[in-house]
Amino acid sequence: MIDSTTLWTVIIVLGIGTFLIRFSFIGLVGNRAMPEWLLRHLRYTAVAVLPALVAPLVAWPAATGGEPDAPRALAALATVLIGLLTKNVFASIIGGALTLFAMLYLIG
Amino acid sequence: MSTSTTKSIFWQGFRDGAPFVLVVIPFSALFGVLGTEAGLSVFETLTFSVVVIAGAAQFTALQLMVENVPTLIVLASALAVNLRMAMYSAHLTPFIGAAPLWQRALAAYFTVDQSYACSIAKFEREPALSVPQRMAYFFGAVAPVCPMWYLFTLVGAMIGGRIPDSFALDFALPITFLAMITPMLRTFAHVVAAVVAIGVALICADVPYNLGLIIAGMAGMVAGARTELWAANRKVDVQ
Repeated sequence: MIDSTTLWTVIIVLGIGTFLIRFSFIGLVGNRAMPEWLLRHLRYTAVAVLPALVAPLVAWPAATGGEPDAPRALAALATVLIGLLTKNVFASIIGGALTLFAMLYLIG
Repeated sequence: MSTSTTKSIFWQGFRDGAPFVLVVIPFSALFGVLGTEAGLSVFETLTFSVVVIAGAAQFTALQLMVENVPTLIVLASALAVNLRMAMYSAHLTPFIGAAPLWQRALAAYFTVDQSYACSIAKFEREPALSVPQRMAYFFGAVAPVCPMWYLFTLVGAMIGGRIPDSFALDFALPITFLAMITPMLRTFAHVVAAVVAIGVALICADVPYNLGLIIAGMAGMVAGARTELWAANRKVDVQ
């Protein structure tokens, strides 16, 4: 259970922080040029942080008490492969979910 | 197109933003469902979406709070996910930086993946647009997307508690994130960033306070940036 103080602290500070990130250049920096090295790192934030978040969830799922789980691993693999082949977020989610349900049913 | 009225440009933005609704609806509904599954009230879940209005960061924060990670680490990780928006902000600035402050503040709040992607494509394609026309287009692209974000968070939150365990909802987040990440792997440098981040995240899984995520994220960013430089230099050498 998430306690209420933590939750509201996160909502408010994350809201303000996210706004400031969005407002940073548009509101404060104006037309001044950005250092190239900074832009170069910012380009890779999402593509680095999101996989880093997901990897442990796939490797050691909470639902199985942290034991590696074949249906979940295969579902993750299917999601990525379908995404690479189709470039379609939807197809990829549905393919991953169907793989998960099928595998839980067959080898669960 | 510089003769178009501001109003018609708003509707162009609306039309270009509309298809993204198909992505926004399931994503926000999933946040609503997982929010209430994590014990948040409907009001708390909806407020989360309205105040933060950034899906990936909301899911990150929620997941880490469920794992009882210290608040500071929750915030640092979720804000790290949102750092890409600094890049959006920087990219939009030359086009709409001259608008009045209140408009820029409003645009900043509504700078999401979809409004950014639509607008920057339009602004680069039609450099003759005036600043008010660009703002009209931007808010046009926001208009179908963001209200749906709020609405379907609410819908998801209202049905949340009623979904049976056999649906294996625990794995909805990993699947959704993996599906979102895959199309982002546009260049070799993006792939390197992701692979390095995954490797470091698994190695650092036992680092206290979930700091492994931040270490892995930074390692991935540096790896991506270095690979980009290396690829650019190699191209110059070949030529």
